[in-house]
Amino acid sequence: MRYLSHTPEDLREMMEAVGIKKIEELFASIPAGSRREREIAIEPRSEWALMREMGEMAGADCPGVAFVGAGSYSHHVPAHIPYLYSRSEFQTSYTPYQPEVSQGTLQAIFEFQTMTANLLGMEVANASMYDGASALAESALMAIRVKKRPKVACSRFNHPHYVQVLDTYFRPSGFKRVELGVLPDGRTDYSKVPDDVSAVIVQSPNFLGVIEDLEAAARAAHDRGALLVVSFAEAMAWGLLKSPGSQGADIVCGEGKSFGLSQNFGGPGVGMLACKTEFVRTTPGRLVGQTADREGKRSFVLTLAAREQHIRREKAVSNICTNSGHCALAAAMYMATAGKTGLRQVARLNHDKAAYLKSGLEKAGFRPLFDAPFFNEFALTAPDGFESRHEALAQKGFIAGLGLERYFPEYKGAYLFCATEVHTKDVIDAFLKEVA
Amino acid sequence: MKTFEELDIRKDLSYSKTHEWAKKAGSVVCVGVDDYAQSALGDIVYVELPSVGAAVNAGAAFGSLESTKAVSDLNSPVTGKVTKVNDALADAPELVNSSPYEEGWMVEIEAEGGAEFDALLKSDAYAEYVKTLDASH
Amino acid sequence: MSHSSNSFNHCPGARGLTFRESLLWERSREGRLALSVPEQDVPESNLDPSLVGDAPDLPELSEVDVVRHYTRLSTWNYGVDTGMYPLGSCTMKYNPKVNEQAAALPGFADLHPMMPESCVQGALKLMYELERDLLEITGMHAVSLQPSAGAQGELAGMLMIHAYHSSKGKQRHKIIMPGTAHGTNPASAALCGYKPVPVELSSDGIVTPDAIRALMDEDTAGIMITNPNTLGIFETHIAEISKIIHERGGLVYGDGANMNALMGYADIEKMGIDVMHLNVHKTFSTPHGGGGPGAGPVVVRDILEPFLPVPRIKKEGDRYRLESNAPLSIGRLHAFLGNFSILVRALSFIRTTGKNLKDVTEQAVLNANYVKANLKGVYNLPFPQPSMHECIFNDAIQQKNGVTTLDIAKRLIDLGYHPPTVYFPLVVDGALMIEPTESESKDELDGFIAAMKAIAEEAKNSPETVKAAPENTTIQRPDEVQAARRLILRG
Repeated sequence: MRYLSHTPEDLREMMEAVGIKKIEELFASIPAGSRREREIAIEPRSEWALMREMGEMAGADCPGVAFVGAGSYSHHVPAHIPYLYSRSEFQTSYTPYQPEVSQGTLQAIFEFQTMTANLLGMEVANASMYDGASALAESALMAIRVKKRPKVACSRFNHPHYVQVLDTYFRPSGFKRVELGVLPDGRTDYSKVPDDVSAVIVQSPNFLGVIEDLEAAARAAHDRGALLVVSFAEAMAWGLLKSPGSQGADIVCGEGKSFGLSQNFGGPGVGMLACKTEFVRTTPGRLVGQTADREGKRSFVLTLAAREQHIRREKAVSNICTNSGHCALAAAMYMATAGKTGLRQVARLNHDKAAYLKSGLEKAGFRPLFDAPFFNEFALTAPDGFESRHEALAQKGFIAGLGLERYFPEYKGAYLFCATEVHTKDVIDAFLKEVA
Repeated sequence: MKTFEELDIRKDLSYSKTHEWAKKAGSVVCVGVDDYAQSALGDIVYVELPSVGAAVNAGAAFGSLESTKAVSDLNSPVTGKVTKVNDALADAPELVNSSPYEEGWMVEIEAEGGAEFDALLKSDAYAEYVKTLDASH
Repeated sequence: MSHSSNSFNHCPGARGLTFRESLLWERSREGRLALSVPEQDVPESNLDPSLVGDAPDLPELSEVDVVRHYTRLSTWNYGVDTGMYPLGSCTMKYNPKVNEQAAALPGFADLHPMMPESCVQGALKLMYELERDLLEITGMHAVSLQPSAGAQGELAGMLMIHAYHSSKGKQRHKIIMPGTAHGTNPASAALCGYKPVPVELSSDGIVTPDAIRALMDEDTAGIMITNPNTLGIFETHIAEISKIIHERGGLVYGDGANMNALMGYADIEKMGIDVMHLNVHKTFSTPHGGGGPGAGPVVVRDILEPFLPVPRIKKEGDRYRLESNAPLSIGRLHAFLGNFSILVRALSFIRTTGKNLKDVTEQAVLNANYVKANLKGVYNLPFPQPSMHECIFNDAIQQKNGVTTLDIAKRLIDLGYHPPTVYFPLVVDGALMIEPTESESKDELDGFIAAMKAIAEEAKNSPETVKAAPENTTIQRPDEVQAARRLILRG
């Protein structure tokens, strides 16, 4: 076993030091009734056999071009980002409990918090959550802690998976989620928000790609003394759109995977969570703060730990401990790389590519489901007979959008399409040719 | 953490076993934590207090004290309504450490009846109680 | 500097080449751009200008700026690849590099999660096979890979226990929780509305059947138990405890954080555990990443299978599909199917190690006992009972000279070791919780033991040296009190 170092001589010396003759003696405290009798039936592979096996499994997935977003968006990852975040000092370290040997992680997270807050137009952001879905669930619980009303109103066009996760977190508590319907243009209808909710929760761009009217959402929430929670699945949108903070959001939560991370079949992502300073003590997750060391040198430490599970135990604001630190590092690297001007350019390009794809599909007989503005994703009703061609297109390497019927039965025959900066004009044209 | 000999236990105050002190003027009871509590918790970084008007119950938590490594509930010595809150603690929680009996006071409570206050430990009895805790350390 | 004296020459800690580094935005210069922006090969589109905001306030840097910045930051960190990381309860074992190579295969890394099932057969197969392997290792009946970390696995487990009691028509309100349970347990239980009930430990530091018999009633949902517990001691009565819990209609949650001590030796199902999460970074060598991402698969016995999160992976012939139709399921926990690329790494470790996982466990336990045997007497050992993968000392001896656990931890940094877990578990005052893992060689362990002994000597002869530590690091003893009192959470 190449990961283990003890030679027979080492083992003999160590057992002698411990005072045992056979290694099994170390396990004497496991009684017969709890013992495993048989060997672990997994054959060890050499590194080379393992990679053949892994390669075969990876090779069984279709390569293809996906015109699908739906919560996971293809973006270019600059070469230096994986190179940098793979440095073992970042990758093989633990949560930064000992600040003297983890200033690298701590400063990087402080920078992540700062850039995330700036991107979202919010006052503070935490060190990250697991993903956009759990960030939404935790934000809803946080809003209920602040407003103490056991109910939230959630748009019908929030990502269905995120809402399912919220329901999972809510189930044992008895908290209620009511659904807000949508207007014919694809935006959320705020005319029926109940008066007794802790939060209005809306995703923008929403699951069907439509840019929501967040100022209207803020009015609807604040008129009822509730908080506005803005969720997002595509962080890239904030490179172009007005930030949620500038439109009145109290809590903003979402998925940052678009920044520097690969698809990875959906995980890990990096949950972003930001809020107004007044709510910071009810925020779940880790926070890095700036302080000074004993010589007055700028330093960073984990702070406000008294909110957390290991100190406040059953009264903690959440049970989260390990979050998505390494992905937050990648996202910080991406934000630093793209910067103010680069993020704007890439975000605009996303909209350009999606608009180009949309107009091409409309020429091929697809009809828009909604007419409100979109970012890089949009829903179209396909021409008759398209459903049967979807699989054939997949065989040719084109994933022609995501069928919406299984999420919204009323949109039978409609598909959600996405294009980003990774889709070149040539590829889009080739796809449009196949579809026509 | 201070030894028993170093502790400042004031004669004119009443105490709970959870280390809150209380001082009565008419029906109003002023509440804080004592020298033992502040010394045991160490540097206080945040004091969570109720709003004016909040109802509190004797023996139940009305707020909490945070140090960097621990959180401790603040228990109300009496039942009643909060009439005043020490807002200075929001920006200067260290007052609980530096001046637990004066500037570090926490709330004033309009108490319902006087029996709960009268049942609190007087300073001598409290000192005896603290001595037993000290010995167990 | 006392450190350069000969007595410390065996320790890896030395003053290295250290750099100052500013914050990103202090490096920023208007007009720099580190991003290669793709070609504008389609026409520019129109977007209602009222929707467009100001460009986000992010730094402007060149690629060289970004590379230097993060490279320098990385040098301020200590990782397992740097040296021994005996952080108790965290199991900081070596992370094999082939795991990274497997996770980076384009068929995995570039795979979109919302593709038709026919396009993701390889990924589903990988997950299915990892499920089989986890069941083989634990002896349990069914599994979900979906939870994003150990704590979310715990939550999944408690949600299942809650759903189970709901399905029986009567919810319960309490849960038994020993003080030696893992730190996250009370908060996970509280999310399900269960009030933790403490249980008295025997003088040996374990839970006894009598104590459970006295507590377990019709309003108690069950127990959350960590085994080996956070003192590193195996709960020898576990099977009997489970029996009592089951007889009174409860369920047993086993925290699998310490599975590294059990592989090949214990059968989780025979212990009577109904549900347990696994921390893949602790047991199956996925990198911790300075705070995640992790993965926290949950394994269950048959009665809890209907409650597992959805979607589940089903195999039919040689095809794999996702199944979401499960009326009793607790629902979904992740936006997609879980932290897939972390799971690839876990499978990679399991398959390169195979049946030798038993040797992993043996050497992890041997290493901890070797450290314990060598430091006994030098440091106080509050629970001298036989322990498994970790050992817990405290500062009772050194306190006499005013030297605390924190000082000892900081001094270890100067000598080139990551400190153990300090002040946890709470049942031990001033705990120093040491878990070397199986990754450390005898030479490394001897170096660590010598460093610990040297610090104990210093604590006796020159306590001020220990109290002044660390001296080799870029910063020393940052003021955590000020950080919490005057919050600065962004630049």
